[in-house]
Amino acid sequence: MKVRLADRPGALAWIFLMPSVVYIIALVAVPFLLAIGFALSDVTAGDPSFDWVGLRNFERAFADPVFWQALGNTFIFTLVSMTLVVLLGKVLANILVAQFKGKWIVRFLVLLPWTTPVALSSISWLWLLDSIYSPIDWMMRQIGLLGSEDALIKPDSNMYWLGEPGLAMASVIAVHVWRLTPLAAVIMVAGLVAIPRELDEAARVDGAGYWRRMFEITIPMVLPVAAVAALFGAIFTFTDMAVVDVLTNGGPNNATQVLTSWAFFRGIDGGDVGQGAAIALFLFPLLLAAAIAILQAVKRMEVR
Amino acid sequence: MAVVEVKNLIKEYPGGAGRRRPRDRGAVRAVDGIDLATEEGEYLVLLGPSGCGKTTLLRTIAGLEQPTSGDVLIDGQIVTGLPPRARQVAMVFQSYALYPHKSVYANIVFPLRAAKVPKEERDRKVQWAAALLGIGHLLERKPRQLSGGERQRVALARALVRQPKVFLLDEPLSNLDAKLRASARDELKRFQQEVGTTTIYVTHDQVEAMGLGDRIAVLSDGRIRQVGPPSEVYDNPADTFVATFIGSPPMNLVPRDGVIVGFRPEHLLPASAVPEDHAVTIRLAVDRVEFLSGDRHVYGTALGIGEPTRVVARLPATLDVAVPVGAEHEFAVARERLRFFAKDTGKRTEAVERL
Repeated sequence: MKVRLADRPGALAWIFLMPSVVYIIALVAVPFLLAIGFALSDVTAGDPSFDWVGLRNFERAFADPVFWQALGNTFIFTLVSMTLVVLLGKVLANILVAQFKGKWIVRFLVLLPWTTPVALSSISWLWLLDSIYSPIDWMMRQIGLLGSEDALIKPDSNMYWLGEPGLAMASVIAVHVWRLTPLAAVIMVAGLVAIPRELDEAARVDGAGYWRRMFEITIPMVLPVAAVAALFGAIFTFTDMAVVDVLTNGGPNNATQVLTSWAFFRGIDGGDVGQGAAIALFLFPLLLAAAIAILQAVKRMEVR
Repeated sequence: MAVVEVKNLIKEYPGGAGRRRPRDRGAVRAVDGIDLATEEGEYLVLLGPSGCGKTTLLRTIAGLEQPTSGDVLIDGQIVTGLPPRARQVAMVFQSYALYPHKSVYANIVFPLRAAKVPKEERDRKVQWAAALLGIGHLLERKPRQLSGGERQRVALARALVRQPKVFLLDEPLSNLDAKLRASARDELKRFQQEVGTTTIYVTHDQVEAMGLGDRIAVLSDGRIRQVGPPSEVYDNPADTFVATFIGSPPMNLVPRDGVIVGFRPEHLLPASAVPEDHAVTIRLAVDRVEFLSGDRHVYGTALGIGEPTRVVARLPATLDVAVPVGAEHEFAVARERLRFFAKDTGKRTEAVERL
C-alpha cells in the first residue's frame, strides 16, 4: 500500500488553505498595500504615473475642514446607530424567542430588511423621505402635525427629511438602524437561547419580577454576545457608505458626509486617488482597535 | 412552616409540536390526578423512576407549571393561579441554577433584594444563612470557582435566606459524587431539622428517600402508589410496583394460584436460621452467589412455594451456613414476613390461609 495524498495532513492542509490564502492576498493584502502606495504618491485618475510625495496627501486631507466634519459625522453615525441597534436588537430578540402563533411570519418579516439589497431598500427609503411626495409627510399632515397654521410641528407642508442637516443625519441613522437591527437581533437570539432555562426559573421562584429578571439575569448573561454584535455592527457601519451615498450623497452641505463617502468622492469621483487613499487609510487604526476589542470579547466568552 | 396540599392535580402536555387538536394521539398526562398533603414541618420525599411525573408535580407546586386541572394549596389558600413569587416557596434545582455572573453573596442576597428587604437586614440574613451552611468564607467568589458541594450549599443558602414557607428540592444531590452525597444527605437532614421548614424533596434514589423522608410518596406514571413512613413503605408495600421499586435487591415475587407471594431477600434464609414453628419452607436451586460488602447474595430458583421463580436471598455476614452452588438447599421465610398481592391488579391482599 502506498501512502496517499489523503493520508498526509500537512500537504492536505496546504491544499485546503490555498484558495483562502490566494483570496486574501488578491483582494485584501494587495489593495491594502496599493492604498498605502497611492496615499504616498500623486497618482490621479488623469495621470496614473507614480511620483513619491511623502505625507503631502495627508497634510492636504487634514487641512480640509470637510475631513474633520466627516470624521465627526462617522463617530456620531456609528455611536448613535450602534446604541439604537443594540437596544432594538435586544427587544427584537426577545420577540423572536417568545412563543406565539404566527411566529414564523414575524421572523420572516424581521429578517427582511437584512436580506434586501441596500441599493433597493435605500431607494424605497429615498421615496419615503422625498422632499415633496413623502408618504410620511402626508401622514403627518393628515394627523395635524404639519401643513396648517396651528400644526403641532411646523406650518410648512413638508419636513424636508434629507434637506435639513439635523434631519438628514437622523434619516441616515434611522435607515441604517432599520437595516442592521435584524442582524444584531439574530446574534442576540443565539445569546438568549444559550442561557439555561433554569436560571430564569430560579429567579422567578426567588421572587424577581420581569424587569429584575431582565436587568439582573438576562442582560448580564447576553452582554458578551451583545458586545460582539455591537462591535461587529460598528465595523460594518464604519466601513459602509451605501446608505449615505444613496440617500444624501453626503449632503446637505456635507452634513452627512462620513469618512468612507468622503474618500470615495475625493478619490474616485474627484479623481484624486492619492488623497482618497490617504483618507481611507485613516480608517485602518480605528478598525484595528475594534477588531482587537472583538477578539478580546470572544476570549472572555470562552473563559466563562 | 406551612402545609402544602394538592387536590386532584392533573397536568397534561399536548402531543407532537404544532398539532392543533388537543386530543390528538401522543398527549401525555405527566401528573394524573394526584391528591397529596404534607404535614407542618414535614420532610416529604417524592420517589419514583424517571418520567413518573415527580418533577412536574414539584414544578407545579412551585408555580413554574400551570396544572391542566386541580388545585395547589399552601396553608389552606389556593395558589394555583399565582406566579411563583407570590407563593413564598424556595426551590433548589438539580443544576443549582446559580447566577454565574454574580458572586456568592449576590446570589444569596438576590431573593431578599427582590423582596425589598432593607439593606442592614439583608446583610444580617445573608451572614446568618452563610454561617448556617458553613460558606461564610466563600462570599466573594463566583460560582465557577466553587466545588460541587459548595455550589449545593450556596443554592441551599439562597433558598433558605428569605425563610420561605416551603422548600422544594429537585434532586439536589444527584450532581455530587458518591462520597460527598452521603455526607450532604446527612447535612441536609440536620439542616432541615434545624430550620423546621416544610420540605418536599424529589429523587429517584431510594437510598436518599429512605434516609431523608419523614414520609415517602412513591409515584409511577403520574399517579401516587403509596404514601407512608419509610419503614411502612418498605415493609408493607401497597402493590407490586412499590415492592419491586424499593429495596435492593427488590422484593421477591412468586406467583401462586391467583395471588403473588412476596418476601424481602433478607428474610429468605437457610432453614436452620429460621425458627421452625412458623416458617414456610422453600427449596432453592442455587446457581450463583455474590459477595457484597459482607453480605452474601444468593441467586436461584425457588421451588415448592408457587411457580418456579428466580429469587434472591440476602444472607447477613453473621450467618455462617455453607451454600454450595449448583445444589438444592432448604431455605425458609418466617410466616409473618410474607406479603400477598392480587395477581390481576398487583394490589395488596389478605394472607392466604394454606401457607
